[in-house]
Amino acid sequence: MKYTSQSVAKPYFIFALILLAGEILFGLLMGIQYIWGDFLFPLIPFNVLRMVHTNLLIVLLLFGFMGATYYLIPEESENELWSPKLAMITFWVFVVAGVLTILGYLFVPYAQLTELTFNNLLPTMGREFLEQPLPTKVGIVLVVLSYLLNVSMTILKGRRTVITTVLLTGLLGLAVFFLFAFYVPDNLIMDKFFWWFTVHLWVEATWELILGAILAFVLIKVTGVDREHIDKWLYLIIAMTMVSGILGTGHHFFYMGAPEYWLWIGSISSAVEPLPFLLMVLFAFTMARDRKIKHDNEIALTWAKGNAVMGFLGAGVWGFFHTLAPVNMYTHGTQLTAAHGHLSFYGAYVMIIFTVISYAMPILRGRPHGNCAKAQKVELTSFWMMNIGMLGLTLALSAAGIVQIMDQRVGTDLIGFMESQESINGIYMVRAGFGLLVFTGLLTYFYSFFVKEPAKS
Amino acid sequence: MTERITKSMAKNIYYGGGTFALMIFIALTFDTVHQIPKRSNQQNMTESVVAGKKLWEKNDCVGCHSIVGEGAYYAPELMNVFQRRGASDETAFKAYMQGWMAAQPLAIPNRRKMPQFHLTPTEVDNLSDFLIWTSKIDANDWPPTIEG
Repeated sequence: MKYTSQSVAKPYFIFALILLAGEILFGLLMGIQYIWGDFLFPLIPFNVLRMVHTNLLIVLLLFGFMGATYYLIPEESENELWSPKLAMITFWVFVVAGVLTILGYLFVPYAQLTELTFNNLLPTMGREFLEQPLPTKVGIVLVVLSYLLNVSMTILKGRRTVITTVLLTGLLGLAVFFLFAFYVPDNLIMDKFFWWFTVHLWVEATWELILGAILAFVLIKVTGVDREHIDKWLYLIIAMTMVSGILGTGHHFFYMGAPEYWLWIGSISSAVEPLPFLLMVLFAFTMARDRKIKHDNEIALTWAKGNAVMGFLGAGVWGFFHTLAPVNMYTHGTQLTAAHGHLSFYGAYVMIIFTVISYAMPILRGRPHGNCAKAQKVELTSFWMMNIGMLGLTLALSAAGIVQIMDQRVGTDLIGFMESQESINGIYMVRAGFGLLVFTGLLTYFYSFFVKEPAKS
Repeated sequence: MTERITKSMAKNIYYGGGTFALMIFIALTFDTVHQIPKRSNQQNMTESVVAGKKLWEKNDCVGCHSIVGEGAYYAPELMNVFQRRGASDETAFKAYMQGWMAAQPLAIPNRRKMPQFHLTPTEVDNLSDFLIWTSKIDANDWPPTIEG
C-alpha cells in the first residue's frame, strides 16, 4: 500500500461481501418459493424477498465501487485521500441507512412502511428497484455527494490520469441519473419512461465507465503494461459504451407506450451494445498476453479475465438474444429478462468487485505479493464454482423463458401464466440447485480469506 | 485492428460519439414526452385512475406482477387482465376484482400466494380503473396474446 488513506477501502470491501452473502441467500429463498408457493408465506411474501435481493445487490455494488475508488484514487493521483475521516463517516452513515432499510422491508408491511416514511410528501416508493423509502433515497444522495466531493478534491490536488477522469465521469453520471428516482409522474407511462433514466443509464452507461476504469487500473497493476496502451483501450471501450448505450435505452421503449421510432433506434443501437464488452475481453486477454511483469497475485488476473468474459456473455450475448424489437415482442417480461439480468449483473459488476478485492485486499492486509499459493487455489475453486453456478442458473432461466413464451405467446393452443409456470417447476428446481452452487462457491471464497499464510523462513 | 487507432483518436470517438448520442437522446426524449399523453389517453386518467396507481405503488404490486411487461415475473402480467378476466366489460371486471381481492390468499396448497391487502371496496375500484386505463395504452400491439 503506497498511501495510508487507501486503507479506508477495506471496510467498504468487507461490507460489500457481507451484503453479497445476504443477496444470494435471499435469492435462494426466492428460488425455493418459486417452487413451493407456501414456503415462508405469509411470513415473507415474494415481493419482500425480491426487494431485499435486488436492493442488496444495488447497495453492495455501490459499496464495492466506493471501496475500489478509495483504493485506486490515491494511487492514481499520487496523493493521500482528501479526507479519510469523511470517507469513514460516509461508510457508517451508509451502513446504518442500508441496514435500517432492509429491516424495514422485512419487519414492516410495505404499505405501512410508505406511511411511516413520509412517502405521501413525495411519493417515490413501490417502483421496481427504487422501492427505498424517501429518507433512504435522500440518504443515498447525501452519501454519494460526500463521496464525490472526497474523490474530486483528491483528484484536483493530484495527478490526473485517464483512469481517474473516466471514473469521475462515471460517478457524476451515477449521481445525476439517480435524481430521476425522485420524479414520479401520475401517468404510468411517463413514470416508466423516466424510471429507465435511472435504471438503464446506470447499468448500461455510467456504471460501464466505472467498470472500465477499475478494470484498467487492476490490469496496469498486475500486467505492468504501458499506461498509454491501456488508456487507448479504455477510451475505445467507453467510446463504444456511450455510442451504443445511451440510445440503447430505446430497447426498453419498444412495448411500454413510447413512440414507434424507438423500435428502430433501440434495435440498432443495442445491437452494438455487445461491442464494448467484446472489446473488454480482447483488452483483458491482450494485456495478459503482453504483460511485462509476472505478478505473484495470479488470481487477480484470472478474475479480471473472467470478469470480461462473463460480462460479455451476460450483458453482451444474453442481452442481444432479446434486444431486437421483433424478438422482444415475444420475450418482453418473461424469464429470459431474468436470465439476462442475472448473468449481466454478476458477470459485469459483481465480478469487477471480486477482481478489485482480489487485487487490493491482500495488499491492504500487508501481503504485497498477493495471498499464498494455497489461498489462491481455494479462491480459484470458488471462481469456478460461482461461474459455473451462475451459468447454469442462467441457462435454466433461459429455458424457463422459452417454455413460457411457447406456452403463452406462440401458436393457438395457449395456456395461462399460472399453468405455464407449473409446467416449468422442474426447471426451477435446476435453477435453485445452481443457485446453491453459487452460494457454496461464495462460502468457499470467504474461506480463502482465512487460509493461513505459511511462516516466513 | 487496434494498432491503427491512436489514443487521441479513441478519445475523440468517446467525446464526439458520446455527445452526439446524448444530443439525439435528448431530442427524442422531448418528442416522446410530447407523444405519451396521446398514446396513453391521458384525458381518461381520472382521479380514480391516479388513486389506483398510488395503491399499486403503495402495496408494491410490481414486486410480483409485471405491468406493460415490466416488473417481477412471479405473477401474471396485468396490462391486459381487463380483457382476460373481465372480457373488456367494465362492470364485469370490477365485480370480478372485488371478489378476487377479497378471496386472497387462496387456500390452494403450494400455489403461489397473493397476500391479503385489506383494501376497501372503493380502493379495489380505483385499482380496477387504473388497470382498465392501462389496458388501453398504445404499446405497439403488445402483449402479443391475451395470456399476457
